[in-house]
Amino acid sequence: MTLVLTDDQLMFRDAAKRFAAERAPVSQLRKLRDDVDPVGFSRDVWKEMAEMGWAGVLVPEEFSGVGFGFVGAGLIAAEIGRNLSSTPLLSSAVLAVTALLRGGTQAQKETLLPAIAGGDLLLAFASDECVRHTPYHVATRCTGKYKLSGRKLHVLDGHIADRLIVSARTSGDIGARDGITLFLVDPKANGVTITRSSMVDSRNSATIDLRDVPVTDADVIGTFDKGAIVLDAVFDAGRAVLSAELLGVAEEAFERTLTYLREREQFGVKIGTFQSLQHRAAHLFCEIELVRSVVLRTLQALDAQEPTASSLVCLAKAKASDVARIATNEAVQMHGGIGMTDEFDIGFFMKRARAAAETFGDQYYHTDRFAQLSGY
Amino acid sequence: MSAQLNSDQTLEAFRRDTRAWLEANCPPEMRQPVVDEYDICWGGRRAKFKNDAQRVWLQKMAERGWTVPEWPKQYGGGGLSKDEARVLREEMAALKCRPPLTSFGISMLGPALLKYGNEKQKSEHIPKIVRGEIRWCQGYSEPGAGSDLASLKTRADDHGDHFVVNGSKIWTSYGDKADWIFCLVRTGFTGKKQEGISFVLFDMESPGVTTSPIRLISGYSPFTQTFFDNVKVPKENLLGELNKGWTIAKYLLTHERNMIGGMGTQRVTPLSQLAIKNIGLAAGRLAETALRTDIARFEMDALAFALTMNRVTDEAKAGNETGAMSSMLKYYGTELNKRRAELTMSVTGSEGLKFGDSHSEEQLAAMWLRTKANSIEGGTSEIQLNIIAKNVLRLPGA
Repeated sequence: MTLVLTDDQLMFRDAAKRFAAERAPVSQLRKLRDDVDPVGFSRDVWKEMAEMGWAGVLVPEEFSGVGFGFVGAGLIAAEIGRNLSSTPLLSSAVLAVTALLRGGTQAQKETLLPAIAGGDLLLAFASDECVRHTPYHVATRCTGKYKLSGRKLHVLDGHIADRLIVSARTSGDIGARDGITLFLVDPKANGVTITRSSMVDSRNSATIDLRDVPVTDADVIGTFDKGAIVLDAVFDAGRAVLSAELLGVAEEAFERTLTYLREREQFGVKIGTFQSLQHRAAHLFCEIELVRSVVLRTLQALDAQEPTASSLVCLAKAKASDVARIATNEAVQMHGGIGMTDEFDIGFFMKRARAAAETFGDQYYHTDRFAQLSGY
Repeated sequence: MSAQLNSDQTLEAFRRDTRAWLEANCPPEMRQPVVDEYDICWGGRRAKFKNDAQRVWLQKMAERGWTVPEWPKQYGGGGLSKDEARVLREEMAALKCRPPLTSFGISMLGPALLKYGNEKQKSEHIPKIVRGEIRWCQGYSEPGAGSDLASLKTRADDHGDHFVVNGSKIWTSYGDKADWIFCLVRTGFTGKKQEGISFVLFDMESPGVTTSPIRLISGYSPFTQTFFDNVKVPKENLLGELNKGWTIAKYLLTHERNMIGGMGTQRVTPLSQLAIKNIGLAAGRLAETALRTDIARFEMDALAFALTMNRVTDEAKAGNETGAMSSMLKYYGTELNKRRAELTMSVTGSEGLKFGDSHSEEQLAAMWLRTKANSIEGGTSEIQLNIIAKNVLRLPGA
C-alpha cells in the first residue's frame, strides 16, 4: 500500500474540508462556549454531517454506513482539528461503532448501527476510572446478575448520550486484563448519575456514577470476562482518530502562525525575517511532516488489521500529541501578547491540543507502551 | 484494470528472472554483510579490489547496467523503470547482495550530467561511471567558502581554447583517490556572486593538481585539501553554460543531501537490542529507565522518519513532487543519525570508548565522531533550515 491518498479519498477529504470550514468553524465553538450550550455541539450540523457520511464513516454499507474505514475517519478528524469543530464523531461514530463492530451481536448491530450512522442515536464510551489513562484499571463492580456500581471519568459526550457502553470488572483483580466485561447501559436507568464537566477545550466530558444499575445478558458487548479484546480495539481506534485530529490542530496552528510571521512588523521589519523564528518554524515543519506520515500509515494499518497496528498507534498518538503541543505552544509564543487574549482564536488550538493529547494516553503513556510492545 | 494486471504479470516475470540471475551471478562473498571500508567497492583507475569476487561482481552488474539501474541504456545504464528498479532492490536485499559499486559519480555527478551535459559529455563520462572505471570527487567548499558556498574564489581564466584554474578546495572526499573532479570555479567577477560561477570537469592527473590529507577527530583522513596551480582545463569540459554553474551546483546538492540524509536509515542493529544486551531488563523494561525513554523516543522518531522517506518517494511517484524535501530529509536524517550515535555510546559505556584499536570490530567511537560531520557536510543543518524557511514556508527576507 502506498502512502498517498486515492482519488476517492481526496474527494472525501475535500468535501470534509469545505463542510467543516463552512458549517463548523472555530467561531461556532466559541459561540457554544459563550452560550454555555446545553448540548455542546449543534445537533442540526451533526445531522448534516451524518448526511455527508461522517456518522457512518466506519459503519459498513450493510448497516447503512459509508464504510470509508479509518483512513476516511482520519480525513474527517483532521478537518475537525483544523476547525476545532465540536461533534460527537469520536464518541459515537468511532468508539461506540468500533465496540459494536468488534463485539456486538447481530441484533445489537442491526438495532444500533443504522441509527448511529443516520445521526439519530448518540452513544458514549465509559471506561476510564483514573485521571491518567490506565486501560485495565476497571474497578466498577458487577454484582448479582447483574448490577453495576462504580465511577467513570472523562466520558466524552456522556451527558447527551442515548446509550452508554460501560466497562465493568466481572472477575480478577483491578488492573488485570482478564475479567473485564462491556455492557450497554441506558443512561436514564435507575442509579445512573451523570455530571457534565466544564473542560478547558470547551468540549463535552462527563463523570458518570453508577449505583446498582441493572443490566442483563442481552446488554453484554463481546465475550463475558474478555471485554479487553474489544476495549483494546476501541482505544486504538480512538487514539488513531485523535492523532489525525491533533495533526489538523498542529497544521492549522502552524499555518496561522506563518501568516502572522509574514505580516507582523517590529523594529521596522516583518518578524518572519528573524532567523531565530525561521529556524523554529522550519523545525516544526519537519516534525509535522513526520506526523503526516505516521498518521496515514497508522490509519492504513488499522484498516488492514495489521498485527503491528498497535505499535503504530502508539507512535502516532505519541508523536501527534507531542508535535501538536509544540506547534500550539509556539503559536501562542510567536503571536506574542495577542496570543494570550481570549478574543484571538489561537488559544483555542492550544487548549484542544492539550485535551486531545490527554485522552486515551499522551506521549508519555504511548512512549512507554511503544517500548513495551518492542520488547523493552 | 487489465493493463494493470498485465504490468503486474510482467513485473512478476521480471522478479523471477532477476532473482535467478542474481542467484547465478552474485558470488557468495558478496552476500556477506559489509564489515569494513575495504568491503565497499569505489572503482577507479587505481581500484583496489579486496578479492576477486568483488571485481567479478562489479563486472557482471556493470555489464547489465545494474550499477545504475534507472539510468538510460544508451549510456550503459540499466534502463529500468522505477518499479523494475524497486524489484531489483528488493531482490538484492532478499539475497543480501552488496551494492556492486559506490561512487560520487553515481550518487552526485551522474544525475547532473544526464540533466545538463551535452551529448559528447554524456557519452564520454557516463559509461565510465557505470563501469566504475573513473572515480570522481567533488570540488565545492573552499577554506573561505563553507556555508557561504557562493563566495568561492577558485578562478578559471579564459585562455582561448582552455581555462586556467587557480585556487584551492577543501573537504574533498577521497581527493587523493579520485581520478577526476567536478569543480565549481569563478568565471564572473562582477554582479551577484551566484551568477559568476561555472561547473567544470577535469582530470586529477592534470599538471598543477596536488592534494594534502586532512586528519579528522575520528582519526580517519577521508578528506583532502586540493590545490590548483595553473591547471589547464579544455573548454569542452564546461558543464552547462558559462556562469550558470550555480543552478547545476544546487541540483547536485539535492542528490548529495538525499544521500547523506538517508544514511541514518541504513540497516543496523536496533539500539534497543544493543541496550537489552548491555543493560538488561527488569520486569520487562530496560533497567535504566531514563535511558529507556530516550531510546524509545529515538526509535519512534527513526520509524516516523523512515515512513516519511517512503511517503515522499510514493508522492514523487504519484507526481506530487514536494519541493525542498531534500533539505528536510537531510536536516532530520542527519540529526537522527547523531542521536543514534550518542545513544549508542551511552548504551555501550566504557566499551564504546575504545579507540584506535584495530582489533575492535565495531569502531563505535570513530563512528560516533564521524556522525558529527553529517550535519555539516552538504550544507549544515542551519543552512537546511534557512532553505526550508525560504523555499517552503515563504518567510520574508529568508
